[in-house]
Amino acid sequence: MFGWMGTILRVNLSTGTITREKLDGKIARDYIGARGLASKILYDELPSGTDPLDPANLLIFAAGPLTGTAATSASRYNVVTKSPLTGAIAASNSGGYLPAEIRYAGYDMIIIEGKSEEPVYLWVHNDQVKIRSARAMWGKGTGETEALIREETDDEAKIISIGLAGEKLVRFAGVVNDRERAAGRSGVGAVMGSKNLKAIAVRGTGGIRIKDVAAFRDAVLDNLAKIKSGAVTGEGLPTYGTAVLVNVINSHGILPTNNFQRGEFHGAEAISGETLARELLIRNRACLACPIGCGRVTEINWEGDEERGEGPEYETIWALGAACGISDLELITKINYLCNEYGLDPITLGSTLACAMELFADGALTVEETGMPLNFGDGQCLLEMTRKTALREGFGDVLAEGSARLAEKYGRPELSMTSKKQEYPAYDPRGSQGIGLGYATSNRGGCHVRGYTIAAEIVGAAVDPLTSEGKAQLLIDFQDFTCVVDSVGMCLFTTFSLGLDDILPLLKAATGVDYTSESLLQAGERIWNLERLFNLREGLGRQDDSLAPRLLQEPLSAGPAKGNVVELESMLDEYYELRGWDGEGRPSSEKLQALGLG
Amino acid sequence: MNKTLVIDPKLCTGCRLCELVCSFKKTETYNPARARIRTIVFEDEIAFVPMTCWQCEEPVCQEVCPTGAVMRDEGTGAVTISVERCIGCKMCMMVCPFGNIQSDGSGELVVKCDLCGGDPECVVFCPTKALQYLPADKFTLARKKRIAGKFRSILEEVEW
Repeated sequence: MFGWMGTILRVNLSTGTITREKLDGKIARDYIGARGLASKILYDELPSGTDPLDPANLLIFAAGPLTGTAATSASRYNVVTKSPLTGAIAASNSGGYLPAEIRYAGYDMIIIEGKSEEPVYLWVHNDQVKIRSARAMWGKGTGETEALIREETDDEAKIISIGLAGEKLVRFAGVVNDRERAAGRSGVGAVMGSKNLKAIAVRGTGGIRIKDVAAFRDAVLDNLAKIKSGAVTGEGLPTYGTAVLVNVINSHGILPTNNFQRGEFHGAEAISGETLARELLIRNRACLACPIGCGRVTEINWEGDEERGEGPEYETIWALGAACGISDLELITKINYLCNEYGLDPITLGSTLACAMELFADGALTVEETGMPLNFGDGQCLLEMTRKTALREGFGDVLAEGSARLAEKYGRPELSMTSKKQEYPAYDPRGSQGIGLGYATSNRGGCHVRGYTIAAEIVGAAVDPLTSEGKAQLLIDFQDFTCVVDSVGMCLFTTFSLGLDDILPLLKAATGVDYTSESLLQAGERIWNLERLFNLREGLGRQDDSLAPRLLQEPLSAGPAKGNVVELESMLDEYYELRGWDGEGRPSSEKLQALGLG
Repeated sequence: MNKTLVIDPKLCTGCRLCELVCSFKKTETYNPARARIRTIVFEDEIAFVPMTCWQCEEPVCQEVCPTGAVMRDEGTGAVTISVERCIGCKMCMMVCPFGNIQSDGSGELVVKCDLCGGDPECVVFCPTKALQYLPADKFTLARKKRIAGKFRSILEEVEW
């Protein structure tokens, strides 16, 4: 095969069986790779109703047909499984060096089944694959785990691991690779922990074959020029990282503050990308093949010691900052480093703390339960609770369940800022209607990267963010296109400068498959519908395509979006209709047939 | 005047695009293990240094080669290895003080950077200009100017 490596590695940890399977050419073409292909396998193989933390759940690490090539920012893979946070499908995305190494070792994806009796790690050295004891690494952070495994395997090995949060089955534990990159969302790290799988180390020395070498090179050069000359990809992200958004979003009055009680944060400037660049930035870091380099190498002085790491990203700065009323950037950075070490999703962590802080302010939670006051703006309590959450110690054991279960437990379910039990990211949808519909319909629960309409509503200012008109179609276009981007293995950030017709020549030249713009976008729609079918089979439906009551009933009290709520119901009806789904959000049989899912 | 492949690690973001396009040009596959350039990643410091052949004026690899396979390309100044003459003894690899000649186990005996015949692919793609291909005097003059600029601004602030 060209583009695809053509081989799937399957490891059953219960039996110790290691098998190699041929990738089916038609399925590869129809589902592309990474998110799409792994979702297809999960849909076909996982019985409905499986407990996400049961050995029967599958955990799939899947790269795309462009991952590991020179295509701009084609560094990505997806970790696909059934989520212990949402009960829905999880596809969590990460870059760095590791995803490409899986391909150089000869595989498009690694499927993990079953559960080991003892802590183990997987060592994949080209076609040599071994399951080894991870006793020496169990209980260690991700950085130390990587160092220990590299000593036992190969200095050049690239490594995926879980930290303490994954071991302790925190419902929002992530999987960390290359020390600072994370498939952070939806609790994929807890699934890895439930299998007693501490890490996967990969060393590959093989090559990726490309069908049309000259055409591929031309397409890469063409895209590279577009990325370099784009305002966001060539200027904004390289200069300030994703944190460039703090001031932008705050100025639109949609930087959610104190658990979405307000949309403007007085401390925004102190935690902005500009401040980060001035105070903490050492240099930029790029993932493999990325000309943008949004990663921030930062240094902080913490209790007298200099500490160096990466980040924080915009979403992290918001979740640990504005969401909790905190404006101490050095503290936020420290907690971000800890999240990478523990393997914790900082979005859900911050948002869960923000929920706990509002419960505390309302008297629904007391010091008796929490062990310490949880006040908005109290950074020390955030620091302490991060550790307790990762270790499931004391009240951390409750926080480790996420905000939906927390708020439910204390009788105030409406204070959890979630859809499908997953916490929202850093955009108040009352001032950006499209992203509100996006949160509600996202197949993995509250999320910005399934359909980033913010690019059109705010960053590109192409459409009015305050109207709900036309947002259903806008979102569908973003959702289907994003399925394509995630499935080929490129980074979503390239789409600030690249469109479907820039990815098309890469994919055609790499694979030799005669994709067209139409067939490629239809593959995206197919993937979206398949994820939907997975969720429907698990019992999710229209009632779960919802938003936290605050966003539907409490108008924003100030700023450019003052007086607005999300007009969800009308957008949702239109969305279902445009999708070819019935009133309950089930795809019609005509739609399924048209997509080859019937 | 021959050009020099100039490396500025301060500008390198560790994207390793140089490795990818090098391997693609030389092997028609994307395979960093076979690239003639390598970005060394210092994990603790999170720093990056691209490494490739410096095309020495007095190459020890050429001196040690028993068959005269190591030659200088008169056009580019690159130190190249003749596939016809090379017997694969790897002595050049062993004496290179920088580790910039390698045997990648792919059937080719030893490989090194040959400046792509005067149009280095890594330079074409490097997104941050950490890699440049310049006449040596242009490089030194550019650096002189950069440092002189800093010197001048400090001088203006200081009262004697």
